[in-house]
Amino acid sequence: MISFTVNGKAVSVADPPSTPLLWVIRDSLKLTGTKYGCGMALCGACTVHIDGEAVRSCVAPVSRAEGKKITTIEGISPDLTHPLQQAWIEIDVPQCGYCQSGQIMSAAVLLAENPAPTDTDIDEAMSGNICRCGTYPRIRQAIHRAAEIKARGAK
Amino acid sequence: MTNNTKWQVLTALLLLGFAGAFLALWSQQSTSANTGKTAPARGLSSANALAETGVTTVSAADTDAAAAQAAFERAYPVFVSPRCQNCHPSGDAPLQGDDSHVHAQNVKRGTDGHGVYGMRCQTCHQDANLPGANMPPGNPKWGLPPPQMKMVFVGRTSGELCRQLKDPKLNGGRSLAQILTHVAADDLVGWGWNPGDGRTLPPLNRPDFVAAMQEWVNDGAACPN
Repeated sequence: MISFTVNGKAVSVADPPSTPLLWVIRDSLKLTGTKYGCGMALCGACTVHIDGEAVRSCVAPVSRAEGKKITTIEGISPDLTHPLQQAWIEIDVPQCGYCQSGQIMSAAVLLAENPAPTDTDIDEAMSGNICRCGTYPRIRQAIHRAAEIKARGAK
Repeated sequence: MTNNTKWQVLTALLLLGFAGAFLALWSQQSTSANTGKTAPARGLSSANALAETGVTTVSAADTDAAAAQAAFERAYPVFVSPRCQNCHPSGDAPLQGDDSHVHAQNVKRGTDGHGVYGMRCQTCHQDANLPGANMPPGNPKWGLPPPQMKMVFVGRTSGELCRQLKDPKLNGGRSLAQILTHVAADDLVGWGWNPGDGRTLPPLNRPDFVAAMQEWVNDGAACPN
């Protein structure tokens, strides 16, 4: 058994250690907000957090999660109050939406480390997340907006 | 970008893959003893003595500049092979593939050599190679040299690289003995000879590479002109 926490809840899974974390999250734990895109860590759709760091769950073996804290898109906030969720809704970022959970998870790491990112910071933080609908301008706008919301909330 | 263009980008990424390697030869110093099976006994003794004393040169009686230069020239092609130089770039982005192209996804060196924000090396690279062509290679220490000690290999002539390797201000503060231990025993260096599916190997095997470096040190570590 491999034990870890997902969105604050302790879990133990019997999947083989080499199973991609993505399939454990989606199939064993039934958290389907995290998406399968390429299976080769090339597109970013499967991004989750392991102890606060972004990880492509499609290539990370579940053994990497042992004893760690996993956060998926479902756990970023319980009530859509995370600044990124508010900004995403306000600006209506998604088109098809498939990549968006990965986009938000990468953006969350950026904002956690840099509360006022520049366009360059955003480019460097988000270039591993591909959006086939081309919502990049709205993603960038929403990250700036989320930074404002976060700053306002901190005052 | 149009949808079509984005799919072209994604397709290109798939083709390009992750053949590039983050072989940070000097990023970590291993202390384990591994001397390489083909290394001559005299050299082993010298290296151990150097490690104990911290002295970075051998005695004048042992030096043979021409032999040292020749030995380094034998080792040099390994340093500038894709498996090694792709993580010793001249810029702040790692390289990929046998053509040493810039790493896809706008990957950056970052302040510690391990990337930025949600684009850390370990975001995609695991502790070990993943099976299959174009899958991300891996090692627990995967990363670039840090920005304050870039240890650039790309574009260096054999003489330039040799002088850089010998200079503690440019090699991470290492003595020649520590460099020998590093090339012989460090597991991230060793990744170069176990790079995963579909990646070419350096032009020398590791024992021959270590032997050449050992010979270079034993003969006085003179650099090619």
